Amino acid sequence: MTAAFLVASAFLASAVEFVEALTIVLAAGLTRGWRSSLTGLAAATVVLAAIVAALGPALKLIPIDVLRLVVGALLLAFGLQWLRKAILRASGYKALHDEDEIFAREAAEARAAGTEVKAGLDWYGFTLSFKGVLLEGLEVAFIVITFGSTQGNIGLAAVGAAAALVLVAVVGVAVHAPLSRVPENTMKFAVGVMLTTFGIFWSTEGAGAHWPGNDASLPGVLAFVILLSFGAVTLLRRRRNVVLA
Amino acid sequence: MRFLRFWWDFVVGDDWRAALGVVIALGATAALVAAGLNAWWLMPVGVAAVLFVSLRQAAN
Repeated sequence: MTAAFLVASAFLASAVEFVEALTIVLAAGLTRGWRSSLTGLAAATVVLAAIVAALGPALKLIPIDVLRLVVGALLLAFGLQWLRKAILRASGYKALHDEDEIFAREAAEARAAGTEVKAGLDWYGFTLSFKGVLLEGLEVAFIVITFGSTQGNIGLAAVGAAAALVLVAVVGVAVHAPLSRVPENTMKFAVGVMLTTFGIFWSTEGAGAHWPGNDASLPGVLAFVILLSFGAVTLLRRRRNVVLA
Repeated sequence: MRFLRFWWDFVVGDDWRAALGVVIALGATAALVAAGLNAWWLMPVGVAAVLFVSLRQAAN
């Protein structure tokens, strides 16, 4: 159960980030040329791989309770951000994430930018792609390292992330357009729920408390976070309707 | 400075009170455990409270 939850969480969270990275790479590629955009993508991928390769083994040296406390607290702070935004989007208090709109904005900025050639590359296209992939990828790296290290299995978390990368890349090459049909807002909601669930579970263990039934209580924490989230959406929707009426 | 700003935005985001609430709930859990109470229930309750306050502020 925990392993399946681990892979599913890493897959979903990574897929959301890769969809966003794809939008930026496409905007750079279609407006500034594919060579610079794909070189930026490759360079960012190398940097991310180096970060995971360096930090993954280093985290194994930290005692597991300390790791779970720190990682759990970080995941919880990080996960609550996602969950809060997802609840506000689902209840109408925040605009939905729209890949088409983001693509149009990025592409317009890329077209308007001047041309500067460095190392044979269009520098704007390269840096746009590099920074986009690096920033979105850092979240993936963070999730893979934290999820994997606290469960003692970075490889399994990486499998989930790699599956998401392959899926998004294949669909992206086939469609050749921003993946606006991907239910990104729903996926972000699910990721917020999962990050918050893992954050509660590990930080509690890291603080020295023990869950009744150990790992078996993880589905219970998940159910609690889901109920809490849907309850919040329902309450906020009612409140919004009252205000608008 | 930009490096610190990036990590602050990455982990804490736009509501620092939520992150502070998490730290307080964790500290209280650790304190209760040290006092001999297995306070596994405190983090879920703390997270619910933090989320409630954070959402209420955002909705206002």
